[in-house]
Amino acid sequence: MEDTLVKSEIIKPENRVYKKTDLMTEKVLSYCPGCGHGTAHRIIMEVIEEMGLTEDTIGIAPVGCSVLAYEFMNVDMQQAAHGRAPALATAVKRLMPHKTVFTYQGDGDLAAIGTAETIHAANRGERITIIFINNGIYGMTGGQMAPTTLPGMKSSTSPYGRDLDMMGHPLKITELVAQLPGTHYVTRQAVHTPSNVRKTKKAIRKAFELQHQNVGMTFIEIVSNCNSGWKMTPVQANKWMVDNMFPFYPLGDIKVDGKMVEG
Amino acid sequence: MTEEIIIAGFGGQGVLSMGKILAYSGIMQDQEVSWMPSYGPEMRGGTANVTVILSDDRISSPILTEYDSAIILNQQSMDKFEPMVKPGGLLLYDPNGITRHPERKDIKICKIEASKEAANMGLRKIFNMIVLGGYLKVKPLVEMENVIKGLKKSLPERYHHMIPDNEKAITRGLEIVEEVHAA
Amino acid sequence: MEKELRLMKGNEAFAEAAIRAGTDGYFGYPITPQSEVMEYLMAEKPHERTGMVVLQAESEVASINMLYGGAGCGKKVMTSSSSPGISLMQEGISYMAGAELPCVILNVVRGGPGLGTIQPSQSDYSQSTKGGGHGDYRLITLAPSSVQEMYDSVKLGYELAFKYRNPVLVLSDGAIGQMMEKVEIDAQVERLSEEQIREQHPWATLGRHNGRERNIITSLDLDPARQERHNEALQRKYKEVEEKEVRYEKINCDDADYIFVAYGTSARICQKSMQLAREKGIKVGLFRPITLFPFPKKELHEMAGQVKGILSVEMSAGQMIEDILLAVEGKVKVEHYGRMGGIIPAPGEVVDALEQKIVKG
Repeated sequence: MEDTLVKSEIIKPENRVYKKTDLMTEKVLSYCPGCGHGTAHRIIMEVIEEMGLTEDTIGIAPVGCSVLAYEFMNVDMQQAAHGRAPALATAVKRLMPHKTVFTYQGDGDLAAIGTAETIHAANRGERITIIFINNGIYGMTGGQMAPTTLPGMKSSTSPYGRDLDMMGHPLKITELVAQLPGTHYVTRQAVHTPSNVRKTKKAIRKAFELQHQNVGMTFIEIVSNCNSGWKMTPVQANKWMVDNMFPFYPLGDIKVDGKMVEG
Repeated sequence: MTEEIIIAGFGGQGVLSMGKILAYSGIMQDQEVSWMPSYGPEMRGGTANVTVILSDDRISSPILTEYDSAIILNQQSMDKFEPMVKPGGLLLYDPNGITRHPERKDIKICKIEASKEAANMGLRKIFNMIVLGGYLKVKPLVEMENVIKGLKKSLPERYHHMIPDNEKAITRGLEIVEEVHAA
Repeated sequence: MEKELRLMKGNEAFAEAAIRAGTDGYFGYPITPQSEVMEYLMAEKPHERTGMVVLQAESEVASINMLYGGAGCGKKVMTSSSSPGISLMQEGISYMAGAELPCVILNVVRGGPGLGTIQPSQSDYSQSTKGGGHGDYRLITLAPSSVQEMYDSVKLGYELAFKYRNPVLVLSDGAIGQMMEKVEIDAQVERLSEEQIREQHPWATLGRHNGRERNIITSLDLDPARQERHNEALQRKYKEVEEKEVRYEKINCDDADYIFVAYGTSARICQKSMQLAREKGIKVGLFRPITLFPFPKKELHEMAGQVKGILSVEMSAGQMIEDILLAVEGKVKVEHYGRMGGIIPAPGEVVDALEQKIVKG
């Protein structure tokens, strides 16, 4: 018996290898198991905590699966009308340039209904960070076709697969935004493996640092999954993402220091 | 005292700015004033008119269909506004370009050769101030010192060097206005 | 200090008042007949005068959502537009009402429907006073009828907007926007510092200072029971506004046999019509609502018992008359007279309408 450790002996500060950031609330995440939103939320909050920005950060939640992001992110938050998060963020940042301001938006919100707000905030070079979660589908409303749905990909409103002739092409809005002189740092990342999580976290940190250098907009796309909408298990969904989403939406930096990355 | 005035002519004749200077002069002597232009696409190149009201009391409607005074600077405006002068009211016009002169017998009619005079003086831009001078001779609604104050207030500072020319034009207007018909 | 008097257009007076009232941000999009508001602001360089932000947005949709963002931070924010642009803003206005955000919105009304005309109209009365967007909400609606009142509506607008945490709509029209009158300019109000905002508006999202709980600005609550409670609280607020914030003016009503009810430009026309009618021996007075929501129901109800008829005069097909009918509860005859499509009625034709529809009718 003396060789066996009891629970209270194991759970000690010096033995701790991971602690949930205080900037995630105690509320249980409403996202489906296996969804990338939870990880994305966590690393944004970790960066804010690590950079000591808690007292001066305002986040903007979208409409979509992450409409309730403010329930989980323990910083001051505003919830925007569908697609309008960049307009809210524009005003918040212009009225208080010393704050750190970010939007958290999905593909329907950012690349369909909010395209004008996205493009114009980017083009004005608003000193905000846009975090764009792209899973190629409308999750919250039940799996309809998104502007980023891949060619041939099935959804509830493209039940026989996206027909490009009838439904148009998927929109690579991140590449589009990178063309605008108002953006300074544009990158595409993912959160499905520990190494990708580390890279994405680094990108978020870089973006938040750049916000205070007065250089323009920073824009991070996170290609993610939607196992419920895609009708797959989480493991299948991640594999499908790697095999299908990444070839169309390749990961990596697109614009760094205001210059397009070659290749 | 309430004076309801219509000033009408072509766009570019300084109709709106004459009205503005008159209104500002009224403010300088503690009167209530209103300045209501006709606006919209018709303003560009076509006819322009502005209703100016000076009053010792609160002003009611800024938009009217009868006027105490009409200052008319082209034929279209003559056709439109001559019938709208109240009986016993005043019509002042520049005969330049007028093909049908005013015909009413129940109003006072004065004319001023402001266009010709502005050309003679080599100061075409202050044509409207000659007209204003003529009008104030017939209807001394505001003191001359208040007109100069009004001018200063309504002209942007970069044009203040033109105030002496404007004064000269107003004075000339006082001299050349003629009565055609007494009410 | 001697009072400063200026001759200004309604739109310019509104813009100057915005700077003087300590506005933090103006966000707008050009549309006739109110573009002078942003033009004046840009020319005046308020960022140098007071630090005020002025931004030309990509659309009215973006403008109103910029107001949402700024108001969420407890800032004094405003926009201006004209009818078609205000229609585009309705979504954002509904969100602001739901999230209980203060702001001042100017509508320099032009004739509709659709692209309509750029001439003055009062056909946005129902949109302004009954909500306008989706959901059960009201805007506090002010109706200036002179350039001075346009100027004053900014300060009053902020006062009411912050007192009730609700958007305030200033319902003007092209005539008042484009007309120049004498304006008394008041002293500069300092913009609030971040510390002052924290103190006065503890709900504002300025960042979690000193470890306080996070603030959330949202109109969403998926729990129907809580959403109903939120709606009930909003309705209580509107009721309080109706009890405390009614503003109106009566002219020559004491001895009147008849009254005109009119606001804004129509009220100015009616003042002249009243003079003309009295010259003819018709004793008519003018009842001018200054707040359209809250509508002066009680006061009109009382007057209804003292007169023989009411003529509602509005540059529309007759929108305000519905509120008058509800207020007078059938006690007296009420008729509407109006022009549409951007035509302003002449004082004389209003007198004719009074004689035909009310006096003889």
